[in-house]
Amino acid sequence: MDHKPIHAHDQEFLTQLEECSNNLVEKLQSDNYNEASQLIHTLVEARDRHIFTSVGQLTRALHNAIVNFHVDADLDSEPPEVNNSEIRDATSRLNYVISMTQDAADKTMDKVEAVAPIAMNLGQEATRLRNEWHRLKRREITKEEFKELYNQMGDFLDQMDEGTQQLNKSLQDIILEQGFQDLTGQVLRKVISLITEVEDELVNLMRIAGQVEQVTGMATPGAAQDSKKAVDKSAAEGPQIHADRRDDVVSGQDDVDDLLSSLGF
Amino acid sequence: MKILIVDDFSTMRRIIKNLLRDLGFTNTQEADDGTTALPMLRSGDFDFLVTDWNMPGMTGIDLLKEVRADSKLVGLPVLMVTAEAKRDQIIEAAQAGVNGYVVKPFTAQVLKEKIDKIFERVDG
Repeated sequence: MDHKPIHAHDQEFLTQLEECSNNLVEKLQSDNYNEASQLIHTLVEARDRHIFTSVGQLTRALHNAIVNFHVDADLDSEPPEVNNSEIRDATSRLNYVISMTQDAADKTMDKVEAVAPIAMNLGQEATRLRNEWHRLKRREITKEEFKELYNQMGDFLDQMDEGTQQLNKSLQDIILEQGFQDLTGQVLRKVISLITEVEDELVNLMRIAGQVEQVTGMATPGAAQDSKKAVDKSAAEGPQIHADRRDDVVSGQDDVDDLLSSLGF
Repeated sequence: MKILIVDDFSTMRRIIKNLLRDLGFTNTQEADDGTTALPMLRSGDFDFLVTDWNMPGMTGIDLLKEVRADSKLVGLPVLMVTAEAKRDQIIEAAQAGVNGYVVKPFTAQVLKEKIDKIFERVDG
Protein backbone atom coordinates (compact mmCIF):
# COMPACT_ATOMS: atom_id res chain seq x y z
CA MET A 1 0.00 0.00 0.00
CA ASP A 2 1.15 3.55 -0.77
CA HIS A 3 1.65 5.48 2.43
CA LYS A 4 3.91 8.31 1.19
CA PRO A 5 3.28 11.64 2.87
CA ILE A 6 0.98 13.94 1.01
CA HIS A 7 3.03 17.08 1.72
CA ALA A 8 5.62 16.26 -0.98
CA HIS A 9 4.92 19.66 -2.54
CA ASP A 10 5.57 21.59 0.62
CA GLN A 11 9.29 21.96 0.08
CA GLU A 12 8.80 23.09 -3.51
CA PHE A 13 6.14 25.56 -2.44
CA LEU A 14 8.26 26.89 0.41
CA THR A 15 11.28 27.46 -1.86
CA GLN A 16 9.06 29.28 -4.30
CA LEU A 17 7.61 31.35 -1.50
CA GLU A 18 11.05 32.27 -0.18
CA GLU A 19 12.34 33.33 -3.60
CA CYS A 20 9.24 35.36 -4.36
CA SER A 21 9.18 37.13 -1.03
CA ASN A 22 12.84 38.14 -1.35
CA ASN A 23 12.10 39.45 -4.82
CA LEU A 24 8.98 41.17 -3.58
CA VAL A 25 10.82 43.07 -0.85
CA GLU A 26 13.38 44.20 -3.42
CA LYS A 27 10.72 45.38 -5.86
CA LEU A 28 8.78 47.17 -3.17
CA GLN A 29 11.85 48.89 -1.85
CA SER A 30 12.64 50.13 -5.34
CA ASP A 31 9.00 51.27 -5.76
CA ASN A 32 8.48 48.85 -8.65
CA TYR A 33 4.76 48.23 -7.98
CA ASN A 34 3.87 46.68 -11.32
CA GLU A 35 6.33 43.85 -10.99
CA ALA A 36 5.54 43.50 -7.30
CA SER A 37 1.87 42.98 -8.10
CA GLN A 38 2.83 40.36 -10.69
CA LEU A 39 4.92 38.56 -8.08
CA ILE A 40 1.99 38.48 -5.65
CA HIS A 41 -0.06 36.99 -8.46
CA THR A 42 2.52 34.25 -9.01
CA LEU A 43 2.51 33.56 -5.26
CA VAL A 44 -1.25 33.16 -5.15
CA GLU A 45 -1.13 30.84 -8.16
CA ALA A 46 1.58 28.74 -6.56
CA ARG A 47 -0.47 28.50 -3.36
CA ASP A 48 -3.60 27.46 -5.31
CA ARG A 49 -1.60 24.85 -7.20
CA HIS A 50 -0.28 23.52 -3.92
CA ILE A 51 -3.80 23.19 -2.50
CA PHE A 52 -5.13 21.58 -5.69
CA THR A 53 -2.34 19.00 -5.75
CA SER A 54 -2.82 18.25 -2.06
CA VAL A 55 -6.57 17.84 -2.47
CA GLY A 56 -5.99 15.60 -5.48
CA GLN A 57 -3.59 13.41 -3.57
CA LEU A 58 -5.88 13.25 -0.56
CA THR A 59 -8.81 12.25 -2.72
CA ARG A 60 -6.73 9.51 -4.29
CA ALA A 61 -5.60 8.23 -0.86
CA LEU A 62 -9.13 8.39 0.49
CA HIS A 63 -10.39 6.42 -2.49
CA ASN A 64 -7.72 3.76 -1.98
CA ALA A 65 -8.43 3.51 1.73
CA ILE A 66 -12.14 3.05 1.11
CA VAL A 67 -11.59 0.47 -1.62
CA ASN A 68 -9.40 -1.44 0.83
CA PHE A 69 -12.40 -1.95 3.11
CA HIS A 70 -13.81 -4.34 0.49
CA VAL A 71 -17.37 -3.17 0.97
CA ASP A 72 -19.60 -3.68 -2.03
CA ALA A 73 -22.53 -1.41 -1.34
CA ASP A 74 -25.25 0.42 -3.21
CA LEU A 75 -24.77 3.92 -1.79
CA ASP A 76 -27.56 5.49 -3.88
CA SER A 77 -30.33 3.65 -2.09
CA GLU A 78 -31.55 5.02 1.20
CA PRO A 79 -30.38 3.64 3.60
CA PRO A 80 -27.26 2.42 1.75
CA GLU A 81 -27.53 -1.25 0.95
CA VAL A 82 -24.53 -3.47 1.59
CA ASN A 83 -24.39 -6.21 -1.01
CA ASN A 84 -21.18 -7.82 0.01
CA SER A 85 -18.48 -7.01 2.52
CA GLU A 86 -15.81 -8.81 4.46
CA ILE A 87 -17.30 -7.43 7.65
CA ARG A 88 -20.63 -9.04 6.81
CA ASP A 89 -18.78 -12.21 5.91
CA ALA A 90 -17.00 -12.05 9.29
CA THR A 91 -20.35 -11.67 11.03
CA SER A 92 -21.64 -14.89 9.52
CA ARG A 93 -18.34 -16.57 10.37
CA LEU A 94 -18.72 -15.58 14.00
CA ASN A 95 -22.31 -16.82 14.03
CA TYR A 96 -20.97 -20.08 12.67
CA VAL A 97 -18.58 -20.25 15.65
CA ILE A 98 -21.48 -19.78 18.06
CA SER A 99 -23.57 -22.50 16.44
CA MET A 100 -20.58 -24.87 16.19
CA THR A 101 -19.62 -24.48 19.84
CA GLN A 102 -23.24 -24.83 20.91
CA ASP A 103 -23.64 -27.92 18.78
CA ALA A 104 -20.50 -29.50 20.23
CA ALA A 105 -21.53 -28.68 23.80
CA ASP A 106 -25.00 -30.15 23.20
CA LYS A 107 -23.67 -33.34 21.63
CA THR A 108 -21.12 -33.80 24.42
CA MET A 109 -23.79 -33.35 27.08
CA ASP A 110 -26.15 -35.69 25.20
CA LYS A 111 -23.48 -38.41 25.21
CA VAL A 112 -22.69 -37.92 28.88
CA GLU A 113 -26.37 -37.93 29.84
CA ALA A 114 -26.93 -41.08 27.78
CA VAL A 115 -24.17 -43.14 29.40
CA ALA A 116 -24.12 -41.68 32.91
CA PRO A 117 -26.89 -44.11 34.04
CA ILE A 118 -24.84 -47.05 32.73
CA ALA A 119 -21.85 -46.06 34.86
CA MET A 120 -24.12 -45.46 37.83
CA ASN A 121 -25.89 -48.83 37.51
CA LEU A 122 -22.61 -50.72 37.12
CA GLY A 123 -21.27 -48.94 40.20
CA GLN A 124 -24.34 -49.75 42.30
CA GLU A 125 -24.36 -53.37 41.17
CA ALA A 126 -20.63 -53.69 41.94
CA THR A 127 -21.12 -52.33 45.45
CA ARG A 128 -23.97 -54.75 46.10
CA LEU A 129 -22.05 -57.77 44.75
CA ARG A 130 -18.95 -56.83 46.72
CA ASN A 131 -20.94 -56.90 49.95
CA GLU A 132 -22.30 -60.36 49.03
CA TRP A 133 -18.76 -61.43 48.12
CA HIS A 134 -17.47 -60.38 51.56
CA ARG A 135 -20.29 -62.35 53.18
CA LEU A 136 -19.23 -65.37 51.10
CA LYS A 137 -15.60 -64.96 52.21
CA ARG A 138 -16.78 -64.82 55.82
CA ARG A 139 -18.82 -67.99 55.06
CA GLU A 140 -22.02 -66.21 56.05
CA ILE A 141 -24.22 -67.24 53.13
CA THR A 142 -26.47 -70.23 52.57
CA LYS A 143 -26.24 -72.66 49.69
CA GLU A 144 -29.26 -71.02 47.93
CA GLU A 145 -27.78 -67.56 48.36
CA PHE A 146 -24.52 -68.81 46.90
CA LYS A 147 -26.35 -70.18 43.86
CA GLU A 148 -28.02 -66.81 43.38
CA LEU A 149 -24.73 -64.94 43.79
CA TYR A 150 -23.11 -67.28 41.28
CA ASN A 151 -25.78 -66.41 38.68
CA GLN A 152 -25.73 -62.72 39.53
CA MET A 153 -21.96 -62.65 39.12
CA GLY A 154 -22.31 -64.07 35.61
CA ASP A 155 -24.99 -61.52 34.72
CA PHE A 156 -22.88 -58.71 36.13
CA LEU A 157 -19.86 -59.69 34.00
CA ASP A 158 -22.11 -59.61 30.92
CA GLN A 159 -23.47 -56.20 31.92
CA MET A 160 -19.96 -55.00 32.60
CA ASP A 161 -18.76 -56.13 29.17
CA GLU A 162 -21.63 -54.49 27.33
CA GLY A 163 -21.67 -51.35 29.53
CA THR A 164 -17.95 -50.61 29.25
CA GLN A 165 -18.14 -51.04 25.49
CA GLN A 166 -20.89 -48.42 25.36
CA LEU A 167 -18.95 -46.16 27.71
CA ASN A 168 -15.80 -46.46 25.60
CA LYS A 169 -17.74 -45.71 22.44
CA SER A 170 -19.29 -42.60 23.98
CA LEU A 171 -15.95 -41.41 25.37
CA GLN A 172 -14.44 -41.77 21.88
CA ASP A 173 -17.36 -39.81 20.40
CA ILE A 174 -16.85 -37.09 22.97
CA ILE A 175 -13.17 -36.83 22.04
CA LEU A 176 -14.09 -36.57 18.36
CA GLU A 177 -16.65 -33.91 19.15
CA GLN A 178 -13.81 -31.67 20.39
CA GLY A 179 -12.77 -31.23 16.75
CA PHE A 180 -14.89 -28.08 16.82
CA GLN A 181 -11.97 -26.32 18.49
CA ASP A 182 -9.83 -26.68 15.37
CA LEU A 183 -12.58 -25.52 13.02
CA THR A 184 -13.73 -22.57 15.09
CA GLY A 185 -10.10 -21.65 15.75
CA GLN A 186 -9.45 -21.33 12.03
CA VAL A 187 -12.54 -19.20 11.53
CA LEU A 188 -11.66 -16.96 14.47
CA ARG A 189 -8.12 -16.49 13.19
CA LYS A 190 -9.51 -15.27 9.86
CA VAL A 191 -11.77 -12.79 11.59
CA ILE A 192 -8.90 -11.57 13.76
CA SER A 193 -6.77 -10.87 10.69
CA LEU A 194 -9.68 -8.99 9.09
CA ILE A 195 -10.07 -6.84 12.20
CA THR A 196 -6.36 -6.03 12.15
CA GLU A 197 -6.63 -5.03 8.47
CA VAL A 198 -9.68 -2.85 9.09
CA GLU A 199 -7.88 -1.18 11.98
CA ASP A 200 -4.93 -0.38 9.74
CA GLU A 201 -7.26 1.13 7.15
CA LEU A 202 -9.05 3.16 9.81
CA VAL A 203 -5.73 4.53 11.05
CA ASN A 204 -4.95 5.39 7.42
CA LEU A 205 -8.30 7.19 7.07
CA MET A 206 -7.67 9.13 10.27
CA ARG A 207 -4.29 10.17 8.95
CA ILE A 208 -5.90 11.40 5.70
CA ALA A 209 -8.59 13.24 7.65
CA GLY A 210 -5.87 14.93 9.70
CA GLN A 211 -4.14 16.06 6.52
CA VAL A 212 -7.37 17.37 5.03
CA GLU A 213 -7.80 19.48 8.15
CA GLN A 214 -4.24 20.76 7.85
CA VAL A 215 -4.51 21.65 4.16
CA THR A 216 -7.85 23.38 4.58
CA GLY A 217 -6.80 25.04 7.82
CA MET A 218 -9.58 23.42 9.86
CA ALA A 219 -7.22 21.73 12.28
CA THR A 220 -8.06 22.54 15.87
CA PRO A 221 -5.51 20.95 18.14
CA GLY A 222 -6.99 19.04 21.05
CA ALA A 223 -10.52 18.90 19.61
CA ALA A 224 -10.31 15.14 19.18
CA GLN A 225 -9.80 14.58 22.88
CA ASP A 226 -13.19 15.98 23.88
CA SER A 227 -15.18 13.10 22.50
CA LYS A 228 -14.19 10.55 25.14
CA LYS A 229 -16.73 7.77 25.44
CA ALA A 230 -18.98 7.95 28.45
CA VAL A 231 -18.44 4.88 30.62
CA ASP A 232 -21.46 2.96 31.83
CA LYS A 233 -20.34 1.20 34.97
CA SER A 234 -22.93 -1.54 34.83
CA ALA A 235 -22.73 -2.27 31.10
CA ALA A 236 -22.05 -5.95 30.56
CA GLU A 237 -18.58 -6.76 29.25
CA GLY A 238 -18.68 -10.55 29.09
CA PRO A 239 -15.70 -12.67 30.14
CA GLN A 240 -12.60 -10.70 31.14
CA ILE A 241 -9.66 -11.62 28.92
CA HIS A 242 -6.95 -9.85 30.94
CA ALA A 243 -8.40 -9.97 34.44
CA ASP A 244 -4.90 -10.21 35.95
CA ARG A 245 -3.88 -6.89 34.37
CA ARG A 246 -6.85 -4.84 35.55
CA ASP A 247 -7.50 -3.74 39.11
CA ASP A 248 -11.19 -2.97 38.59
CA VAL A 249 -11.88 -6.64 37.93
CA VAL A 250 -11.96 -9.61 40.30
CA SER A 251 -9.71 -12.54 39.43
CA GLY A 252 -11.95 -15.37 40.58
CA GLN A 253 -14.65 -16.63 42.92
CA ASP A 254 -12.46 -16.07 46.02
CA ASP A 255 -12.16 -12.37 45.12
CA VAL A 256 -15.93 -12.17 44.66
CA ASP A 257 -16.51 -13.77 48.06
CA ASP A 258 -14.01 -11.41 49.72
CA LEU A 259 -15.65 -8.39 48.12
CA LEU A 260 -19.14 -9.49 49.09
CA SER A 261 -18.14 -10.27 52.68
CA SER A 262 -16.52 -6.83 52.91
CA LEU A 263 -19.98 -5.50 51.98
CA GLY A 264 -21.50 -7.43 54.86
CA PHE A 265 -22.65 -10.54 52.99
CA MET B 1 -38.44 -26.32 45.32
CA LYS B 2 -39.19 -24.70 41.94
CA ILE B 3 -36.24 -22.96 40.28
CA LEU B 4 -36.07 -20.64 37.24
CA ILE B 5 -32.79 -20.63 35.28
CA VAL B 6 -32.24 -17.55 33.09
CA ASP B 7 -29.40 -17.48 30.56
CA ASP B 8 -29.29 -16.59 26.87
CA PHE B 9 -27.06 -19.60 26.05
CA SER B 10 -28.93 -22.89 26.12
CA THR B 11 -25.67 -24.72 26.84
CA MET B 12 -25.19 -22.81 30.09
CA ARG B 13 -28.83 -23.36 31.07
CA ARG B 14 -28.33 -27.05 30.51
CA ILE B 15 -25.13 -27.15 32.58
CA ILE B 16 -26.80 -25.33 35.47
CA LYS B 17 -29.87 -27.56 35.16
CA ASN B 18 -27.67 -30.67 35.33
CA LEU B 19 -25.75 -29.40 38.34
CA LEU B 20 -28.98 -28.50 40.13
CA ARG B 21 -30.35 -31.96 39.41
CA ASP B 22 -27.23 -33.50 40.94
CA LEU B 23 -27.88 -31.36 44.00
CA GLY B 24 -31.39 -32.79 44.21
CA PHE B 25 -33.33 -29.92 42.61
CA THR B 26 -35.32 -31.50 39.80
CA ASN B 27 -38.12 -28.96 39.35
CA THR B 28 -36.49 -26.38 37.08
CA GLN B 29 -37.69 -24.17 34.25
CA GLU B 30 -35.75 -22.05 31.79
CA ALA B 31 -35.94 -18.57 30.22
CA ASP B 32 -33.52 -16.94 27.81
CA ASP B 33 -33.62 -13.37 29.10
CA GLY B 34 -35.25 -11.04 31.63
CA THR B 35 -38.14 -10.16 29.35
CA THR B 36 -39.33 -13.77 29.17
CA ALA B 37 -38.34 -14.54 32.77
CA LEU B 38 -40.29 -11.74 34.45
CA PRO B 39 -43.81 -12.85 33.42
CA MET B 40 -42.90 -16.45 34.34
CA LEU B 41 -41.79 -15.29 37.78
CA ARG B 42 -44.93 -13.20 38.24
CA SER B 43 -47.32 -15.98 37.26
CA GLY B 44 -45.43 -19.02 38.57
CA ASP B 45 -44.66 -19.96 42.16
CA PHE B 46 -40.87 -20.01 41.88
CA ASP B 47 -38.79 -20.43 45.03
CA PHE B 48 -35.43 -19.54 43.58
CA LEU B 49 -33.98 -17.59 40.63
CA VAL B 50 -30.62 -18.30 38.98
CA THR B 51 -29.75 -15.64 36.38
CA ASP B 52 -26.96 -14.55 34.07
CA TRP B 53 -26.12 -10.82 33.76
CA ASN B 54 -25.32 -10.25 30.10
CA MET B 55 -28.39 -11.07 28.00
CA PRO B 56 -30.15 -9.40 25.06
CA GLY B 57 -33.54 -7.90 25.85
CA MET B 58 -33.56 -7.46 29.60
CA THR B 59 -30.26 -8.04 31.41
CA GLY B 60 -29.94 -9.97 34.64
CA ILE B 61 -29.26 -6.87 36.73
CA ASP B 62 -32.42 -5.21 35.40
CA LEU B 63 -34.35 -8.42 36.08
CA LEU B 64 -33.01 -8.39 39.65
CA LYS B 65 -34.13 -4.76 40.08
CA GLU B 66 -37.59 -5.59 38.69
CA VAL B 67 -37.87 -8.54 41.06
CA ARG B 68 -36.92 -6.45 44.08
CA ALA B 69 -39.41 -3.74 43.00
CA ASP B 70 -42.28 -6.26 42.76
CA SER B 71 -44.13 -6.67 46.05
CA LYS B 72 -44.85 -10.36 45.30
CA LEU B 73 -41.26 -11.22 44.33
CA VAL B 74 -39.33 -8.94 46.67
CA GLY B 75 -38.24 -11.83 48.91
CA LEU B 76 -37.30 -14.28 46.11
CA PRO B 77 -33.72 -15.57 46.59
CA VAL B 78 -31.62 -14.64 43.54
CA LEU B 79 -28.27 -16.16 42.58
CA MET B 80 -26.31 -14.43 39.84
CA VAL B 81 -24.13 -16.75 37.73
CA THR B 82 -22.22 -14.56 35.28
CA ALA B 83 -18.97 -13.83 33.48
CA GLU B 84 -19.21 -10.18 34.58
CA ALA B 85 -16.30 -9.70 36.97
CA LYS B 86 -15.89 -5.96 37.52
CA ARG B 87 -15.87 -4.88 41.16
CA ASP B 88 -18.36 -2.10 40.39
CA GLN B 89 -20.75 -4.64 38.91
CA ILE B 90 -20.56 -6.97 41.90
CA ILE B 91 -21.16 -4.03 44.23
CA GLU B 92 -24.10 -2.92 42.06
CA ALA B 93 -25.62 -6.41 42.20
CA ALA B 94 -25.14 -6.51 45.98
CA GLN B 95 -26.82 -3.13 46.35
CA ALA B 96 -29.67 -4.28 44.10
CA GLY B 97 -30.28 -7.12 46.54
CA VAL B 98 -28.64 -10.20 45.04
CA ASN B 99 -28.32 -13.18 47.42
CA GLY B 100 -25.25 -14.76 45.86
CA TYR B 101 -22.78 -14.08 43.05
CA VAL B 102 -20.89 -16.78 41.14
CA VAL B 103 -18.41 -15.88 38.37
CA LYS B 104 -18.09 -18.09 35.30
CA PRO B 105 -16.37 -20.41 34.75
CA PHE B 106 -17.47 -22.04 38.00
CA THR B 107 -17.33 -25.50 39.57
CA ALA B 108 -20.16 -27.69 40.85
CA GLN B 109 -18.67 -27.24 44.32
CA VAL B 110 -18.91 -23.43 44.22
CA LEU B 111 -22.49 -23.54 42.95
CA LYS B 112 -23.50 -25.95 45.71
CA GLU B 113 -21.76 -23.84 48.37
CA LYS B 114 -23.54 -20.65 47.31
CA ILE B 115 -26.94 -22.31 47.06
CA ASP B 116 -26.52 -23.92 50.50
CA LYS B 117 -25.48 -20.58 51.94
CA ILE B 118 -28.48 -18.78 50.45
CA PHE B 119 -30.96 -21.28 51.88
CA GLU B 120 -29.21 -21.35 55.23
CA ARG B 121 -29.75 -17.60 55.44
CA VAL B 122 -33.28 -17.66 54.04
CA ASP B 123 -34.36 -20.46 56.36
CA GLY B 124 -32.48 -19.13 59.37
